Amino acid sequence: MDGMAPFERWFDICELSDIPVRGSRRLEKDGMKIAIFRTSDDRVFAVENRCAHKGGPLSEGIVHDCAVTCPLHNWVYDLSTGKAQGGDEGQIRTFPAEVRDGGRVHLRLAMAS
Amino acid sequence: MSREKLVIIGAGMAAGRFLEHLLDANPDAYDITLFNAEPRGTYNRIMLSPVLSGEKSYEEIVTHTDDWYAEQGITCRFGERIISVDRANKTVLGEKGIVAYDKLVIATGSSPFIIPMPGHDLSGVLAYRDLEDTNGMIDACQPGAKAVVIGGGLLGLEAAAGLRLRGMDVTVLHLMPTLMERQLDPSAGYLLEKELADRGIEIRTGANSKEIYGDGKVEGIRLEDGTDIPANLIVMAVGIRPSIAIAKEAGLDVGRGILVDCKMKTSDPSIYSVGECVEFEGNCYGLVAPLFDQAKVLANALIAEADDTDFVHSETATKLKVTGVDLFSAGDFADGEGRDEIVFRDPARGIYKRLVLEGDKLVGAVLYGETADGAWFFDKIKKGEEIGAEDRATLIFGQSYAGGSPLDPMAAVAALPDEAEICGCNGISKGQITQAIDEKGLSDVEGVRACTKASGSCGTCTGLVESLLAWKLGDAFAAPAKNAVCGCTELGHDEVRRLIVSQRLKSVPAVMQELSWKTSCGCAKCRPALNYYLLASWPGEYVDDNQSRFINERVHANIQKDGTYSVVPRAWGGVTTAAELRAVADVVDKYDIPMVKYTGGQRIDMLGVKKEDLPGVWADLNEAGMVSGHAYGKSLRTVKTCVGSEWCRVGTQDSTGLGIKLEKLMWGSWTPHKVKLAVSGCPRNCAEATCKDIGVVCVDSGYQIHIAGAAGMEVRATDHLTTVTTEEEAIEMCAAVLQAYREQGFYLERIYKWTARIGGAEKVHELIVDDVENRKALFERFKYAQQFSQDDPWAERASGKVDAHEFKTLELVE
Ligand code: SRM
Ligand SMILES: Cc1cc2nc3c(=O)[nH]c(=O)nc-3n(C[C@H](O)[C@H](O)[C@H](O)COP(=O)(O)OP(=O)(O)OC[C@H]3O[C@@H](n4cnc5c(N)ncnc54)[C@H](O)[C@@H]3O)c2cc1C
Ligand code: SF4
Ligand code: FES
Repeated sequence: MDGMAPFERWFDICELSDIPVRGSRRLEKDGMKIAIFRTSDDRVFAVENRCAHKGGPLSEGIVHDCAVTCPLHNWVYDLSTGKAQGGDEGQIRTFPAEVRDGGRVHLRLAMAS
Repeated sequence: MSREKLVIIGAGMAAGRFLEHLLDANPDAYDITLFNAEPRGTYNRIMLSPVLSGEKSYEEIVTHTDDWYAEQGITCRFGERIISVDRANKTVLGEKGIVAYDKLVIATGSSPFIIPMPGHDLSGVLAYRDLEDTNGMIDACQPGAKAVVIGGGLLGLEAAAGLRLRGMDVTVLHLMPTLMERQLDPSAGYLLEKELADRGIEIRTGANSKEIYGDGKVEGIRLEDGTDIPANLIVMAVGIRPSIAIAKEAGLDVGRGILVDCKMKTSDPSIYSVGECVEFEGNCYGLVAPLFDQAKVLANALIAEADDTDFVHSETATKLKVTGVDLFSAGDFADGEGRDEIVFRDPARGIYKRLVLEGDKLVGAVLYGETADGAWFFDKIKKGEEIGAEDRATLIFGQSYAGGSPLDPMAAVAALPDEAEICGCNGISKGQITQAIDEKGLSDVEGVRACTKASGSCGTCTGLVESLLAWKLGDAFAAPAKNAVCGCTELGHDEVRRLIVSQRLKSVPAVMQELSWKTSCGCAKCRPALNYYLLASWPGEYVDDNQSRFINERVHANIQKDGTYSVVPRAWGGVTTAAELRAVADVVDKYDIPMVKYTGGQRIDMLGVKKEDLPGVWADLNEAGMVSGHAYGKSLRTVKTCVGSEWCRVGTQDSTGLGIKLEKLMWGSWTPHKVKLAVSGCPRNCAEATCKDIGVVCVDSGYQIHIAGAAGMEVRATDHLTTVTTEEEAIEMCAAVLQAYREQGFYLERIYKWTARIGGAEKVHELIVDDVENRKALFERFKYAQQFSQDDPWAERASGKVDAHEFKTLELVE
């Protein structure tokens, strides 16, 4: 996780205030659907917007603490690790995301192809 | 053979317990008449404090119901005060007539002392003794209202804490320098004062009140030092006096109380007395434990063959019933010559413990912050047990001291001797409870309570009883499966709903903070439930928390398995027009919607709409006059109708018209779960009204109202609630049912489940059909709430002003 993988770079995405507290925004990059979440303590997380169960759009789920509940069948994911919680087993991709000074949300993704 | 006549004056806690013992021993011994000045039978007076704070309802604290008295054949004259006793003729004079007795029991309890200062008789000055006082205080709890409680003893502080929990601004005036000085030493009094101050209660010690002022109604109180404190409510809790007036007037021997011997007999051999009105060997009592002992002795005395016990004076221990404050005191803890003390303090955790020893005996204990060992110390005090030199060193750490670390609660009860008292109010020991568990095969707290009375009075020992059960039964003991809302709290839906209202909690964070949620911001289960409860409790005030709603309700469309959405506009009563159909057709073409379908609810569903297209689809549908059908919400869904008398050759009333009126009245309202209605024009019932949440079946003479049907995972025909003659009445009835459900239903509980939980359609009948006033009030509250919920959520979002971010995806900025 330290250092930057060769083909990745940081992208400036939006203002923190563009994402509702305990809410999300959606983003598409090279065909990959990404959901960006903002927690109640103003941390941001980005994950692939595809539930490991049956592909549910996680961006549409309820956000609580550092987790989201999938809107289709209620799987719960830890947003920092991308691991499904409780009895469910599954893993979704996560992307480094952070709020930089000035309140801009940045996301690390593969370089534009 | 005619039975002896037993008359009892007062149906308080002592009389209630006495009757139980008497009837247990011999149900047929007496012909019993029971008088009570309060308009009700026995309830657990101790629990008025949780009623005041909103943690319990009155119904939960009734110990003797009307049915119980009827079963026992007792003649009840509740709401009737006894004016005098004629000992020569052996009669009592009540407000409604004379009754003769062979044996008389005086159980009049005590009356609160009212300081006769100027203004004490103004409206808004209350004591704290009975249900009327409690309800008076609850009524006074308006936003911004101020209360002053005079008296910083047990009752005063429970009143102050309860009023504070209900949102009152509370000041306690206490004459002495520290709170509860009779039960606590100054250190514990200080900790208590700090705790209460932290809760926002202002404590003024050394405060001497001079007069209450106000014009007909309380406006404030003035102290000796000239300070004025404004108040809308003043509660006097400065002490009680045994109620002995009728006994004294009848010429019985009295002191502070009615004098009795060790069999509870007064100076007249036909008259007995029990409870707080009694004086025995110079002692009067103000806690129930000794009164319950008296009740037992008296029952034995009145059933001659069982007469083998005497009443003996014993120590009582004190606990304060303020949730979150743990305090215990027992015995005599004054300093004195020949007395030693052992003190333990842990300021960080707010714990203070002090034991007082005289010679090698424990004589007093004060515990604050951690009281688990209270019963154990109390036991040693009562028994006068000798404390050896080596035990003395570890005594303060309590019974669980074993190598320094405290044991878990189960190990702690396991370590108790059989004689250790578990329930102080009822004097029930560990041995009695374990014996009852073994012999009667008890498996839960309710069973133990029914059999032994342990935990049935002030309830503070419930946890100990649970631990005992767990210890005796191991895995066979299922800890009370409280229906907690979710893993974030111990509280059930009913408690959460009640506390939101009683503590005037008005936001999700306020609920989580005040009700000690275990997670920082809840979960997908509790947040939508809390959001609904707040919305239903504070219409017009609470601001909906969109992020606490399930996606369908957040974006006002149903999410589909592929992440697209379906859109269902309202078709009022299942009716549509050419213009609407044309608009639907145009929308389907314009947005390339892959599927159009008639739903099972008589309306059209457009499926497969992309999220970003939703605002456009809605704008076009709005244009044609269509609004959201809430097919996605825990809210009013469809009102199905049949064609009715307008067209049908056998229709009796305009079922289509009524259905439309109902839908126009109810649309937009949020409910615990979805709600579906239907109106059929005749008993052929083509709209399937008898499997809906609320159904109307029109008949020649009027409208049959049906409730509590279901046709989903469970299929259940409705119950017939009532039949009314006019359309207006039908509308009022349906709306009242809906509002009652909105106010009482648990989140995700359909109407049929709510009905079953509260006692069936008969109960709903009682609440809504029989109680006309209640029905009207429910209807008014429904209409009031509807003012705030009938804005079309689609129009709001199509305008782009609400939740615009929801529907747009982000762009990458390079
Ligand atoms: C669209 C529709 C099926 C259809 O194509 O006809 C439908 C579709 C869904 N129903 Fe239904 N129900 C539809 C009529 C019914 C009916 C018939 C009726 O209303 O007369 C019933 C039985 C009557 C009843 O409610 O008792 C019905 C009983 C259910 C249930 C079982 C409820 C229960 O308490 O047992 C669920 C599950 C739930 O709500 O938890 C459900 C849940 C659903 C959900 C919301 C499933 C879900 O959780 O996502 C479906 C949403 C599909 C969508 O995106 O539109 N649907 N559903 C019907 C919409 C009616 C409308 O115009 O609003
Ligand atoms: C708010 C509150 C909290 C309390 N908390 C605790 C606690 O935590 N622990 C504890 O041990 N104790 C507590 N107590 C005290 C306990 O409730 C009393 O000790 C107990 O109720 C006394 O029982 P009793 O039957 O003697 O009197 P009561 O319960 O007062 O009953 C007397 C009844 O007699 C009726 N009566 C009086 N005169 C007449 C008449 N002339 N004709 C007809 N009827 C008449 C009265 O209306 C009353 O209903 C508390 C009391 C209050 C008010
Ligand atoms: S019955 Fe209802 S919930 Fe089940 S698949 Fe059909 S529409 Fe969906
Ligand atoms: S698709 Fe997410 S839980 Fe099923």
